[in-house]
Amino acid sequence: MLGRLSWSSIPFDEPIALVAGGGAVLGGLAVLALVTVMGWWPYLWREWLTSVDHKRIGVMYTFLAMIMLLRGFADAIMMRSQQAIAVNGAEGFLPPDHYDQIFSAHGTIMIFFVAMPFVVGLMNFVIPLQLGVRDVAFPVLNSVSFWLTASGALLVNASLVIGNFSRTGWLAYPPLSELAFSPDVGVDYWLWSLQISGLGTLLAGINMVTTILKLRAPGMIYFRMPVFCWTALASNMLIIAAFPILTATMAMLLLDRYLGMHFFTNEAGGSAMMYVNLIWAWGHPEVYILILPAFGVFSEVIATFSGKALFGYRSMVLATLGICVLSFMVWLHHFFTMGASADVNAFFGVMSMVIAVPTGVKVFNWLFTLFHGRVRFTSPVLWSLGFMVTFVIGGMTGVLMAVPPVDFMLHNSVFLIAHFHNVIIGGVLFGMFAGYTYWFPKAFGFILDERLGKAAFWCWLIGFYLAFMPLYVLGLMGMTRRLQHVADPSWQPLLLVAELGALFVALGILCQIAQLYVSIRTRDQRRDLTGDPWDGRTLEWATASPPPSYNFAVMPDVEDVDAFWEIKKRQELDAVEPSYEDIEMPRNTPTGIIIAFCAVVTGFAAIWHIWWAVILGAIASAVVMMVFGWSEEREFEIPAAEVGRIERARPALGRAA
Amino acid sequence: MTVTSLADIAPHHLAPGRGGGGPAPTRIVVAYGFWIFLLSDIILFSGLFAAYAVLANSTARGPTGQQLFDLNTVFIETMALLVSSYTAGLAMLSAEWQHRSRFFVFAALTFVLGAAFVGIEISEFAGMVSEGAGPSRSAFLSAFFTLVGTHGAHVTTGLLWLLYMVAQVAVKGLRPAILQRLLCFSLFWHALDIVWVGVFTLVYLFGVR
Repeated sequence: MLGRLSWSSIPFDEPIALVAGGGAVLGGLAVLALVTVMGWWPYLWREWLTSVDHKRIGVMYTFLAMIMLLRGFADAIMMRSQQAIAVNGAEGFLPPDHYDQIFSAHGTIMIFFVAMPFVVGLMNFVIPLQLGVRDVAFPVLNSVSFWLTASGALLVNASLVIGNFSRTGWLAYPPLSELAFSPDVGVDYWLWSLQISGLGTLLAGINMVTTILKLRAPGMIYFRMPVFCWTALASNMLIIAAFPILTATMAMLLLDRYLGMHFFTNEAGGSAMMYVNLIWAWGHPEVYILILPAFGVFSEVIATFSGKALFGYRSMVLATLGICVLSFMVWLHHFFTMGASADVNAFFGVMSMVIAVPTGVKVFNWLFTLFHGRVRFTSPVLWSLGFMVTFVIGGMTGVLMAVPPVDFMLHNSVFLIAHFHNVIIGGVLFGMFAGYTYWFPKAFGFILDERLGKAAFWCWLIGFYLAFMPLYVLGLMGMTRRLQHVADPSWQPLLLVAELGALFVALGILCQIAQLYVSIRTRDQRRDLTGDPWDGRTLEWATASPPPSYNFAVMPDVEDVDAFWEIKKRQELDAVEPSYEDIEMPRNTPTGIIIAFCAVVTGFAAIWHIWWAVILGAIASAVVMMVFGWSEEREFEIPAAEVGRIERARPALGRAA
Repeated sequence: MTVTSLADIAPHHLAPGRGGGGPAPTRIVVAYGFWIFLLSDIILFSGLFAAYAVLANSTARGPTGQQLFDLNTVFIETMALLVSSYTAGLAMLSAEWQHRSRFFVFAALTFVLGAAFVGIEISEFAGMVSEGAGPSRSAFLSAFFTLVGTHGAHVTTGLLWLLYMVAQVAVKGLRPAILQRLLCFSLFWHALDIVWVGVFTLVYLFGVR
């Protein structure tokens, strides 16, 4: 009846897991209780949970990413503390079994449930606004995508309380992840939560590409799209090309584990090396899926706050598309040591160095944009400058490791750990924080506190360098990754410095929480009434903050890359009031959240081998899809009079500045 | 900037969605999005094809393709699927021309041929399993059952979708919204043909050599 599930699945014997899991459950219940007591359910259900508005969905993605960042960071600081303490015979506080789960969960969560939803969330919120249109191509699908991602996150967190998580690292290499060596539910949690959220990501990618290629304001030819749209286009094309490989690969591992097949097993002809190839054929494009939109954010931020058009728009676009293509030709550099021939290793080594060239082009473009600009040093600019310095270091250590003989020395050492944190924190995360601060006023109508924002930046920057520069040195000294205890006492001083770095990052996160809290409390003093708080250049600043559900009452006409800048120069906004027309908008629907609920049931039941619930969940989601597929009245009209009333009710746009 | 010269090439009044003519109409957006979905589906198959290509000779001293495959059955199976694509095309044309009864006839033909394909595949699978050549026998057979089975699962989904579309046509008639959904179905059905041509060649033709 309940498959493998029983009372012994709850980790009563592991105090840390129990406290963490219990805390998460109690926290969740407290939030639910608060929402119930305050009577917020109808509002939440109507305005958020069933919303198909790309802005709301973007905000929910970002919110999910931030919550999961706390979880992923808790894992990080536990690992740093364990390594700093467990030296020279000391045991530390995390037993190996638990430690292995923590590094697996940390990587999985940070990539799939922090970086991905943050990136997808920003794109979701910004892209239709920058394109000057009213929504994405498939609004209901958008809601389905988000809720599938949230389902995956829920399953990962469920493993805290019920059963255990994978101990096989964030990519679950076989044969370790095969049933023979990982017989419990850990790997199954990993597989099902990523299958479900991966499907959400794929659908989001299809949606975004269609939106960018087919829905743009009149006049917005490709070479007038803002650079963020270009990078988002490239990133989403990579999602479409790479995520199905991940789905297929994980499906094969699932079949190995559930039906006794032999794709990656040691026996009967299976090939574990094939898994490593397949997973990185997805995995390398994935890092560009994450970093390209961050490049887009930096381009927008630097151009806006330098008061100049972006230097080398065309070369930026070409560099983006170049990276997009090249990202599929470098995957083997993740396993030079696996035993490919010298020629193969040399090819992938050279390609990995080549891909640094377009990235270099971008860095110079940003520098030349700043050059002779009137730079305003707001916190998004600080994140961008911090990124440029940090990312260049990370890029150079990457080029270093692209040399196969060097990689043979550094493979799986903490030098590698330092390298990819260098590019992911210094690149993706700084980019997302810059974008979050930059577009926050657009989403909520008030500006985040700058003082705390800058404090957060400095804590993160100092924390990053303290935490990861020592790891470069330790890697060169021979320390390998994923060590539950450390034998060489001469490594401890540097590990203590790294721990100090993690504490600085914690301080940065606290500053960000305080920033959000203080800003919300004092929101009335920090309102953005103009819709254009930064003197922006692109179309998202041409509408109110927060924008009305339909984004633009009248679709803007685009005549330049910096469309809004041109409109402001021509002072078109002062012209006579436009004549409004009826606007057709998609109706909200619970389809997304219900399908996601079915997915959680199916996934959880599959993890625990509760077959009847698997079938029930699958049938239920098919029925929900069929019910939605039958419906036809998916839109409603906002009458012109109503549009006019909304438009007249707010202060004149773009004139206050 | 040079952009102005580009503007001359692609003026505002170009076709919607392509140049600067504003958002494309829903009909185009839906078909376009579905095309991209099909591309992603084909990439999923390419992962399975790659796995099959790698593992095709890893038979672990078990049966090989040469011993297991019967090209005669596979030929009939293939013909059923290819002809079903033709009838699906005719069904689409009938729908475009608002010939409802003719649409039902061709849809029924498509369904029968597709079901025949799935039936032949199931009996082939069952025969292999009963001979002890199931998916857990060797890496080759794991890859074979997964690749061919995933295609078969797609065809089965297509059959259910076809039934669902027939019901929609029966209840609602051949309205524009329904025609749009039919278009997506037919794209899906034809894409499965393309994948099958790959399966037929790589798995069966190469397998019996």
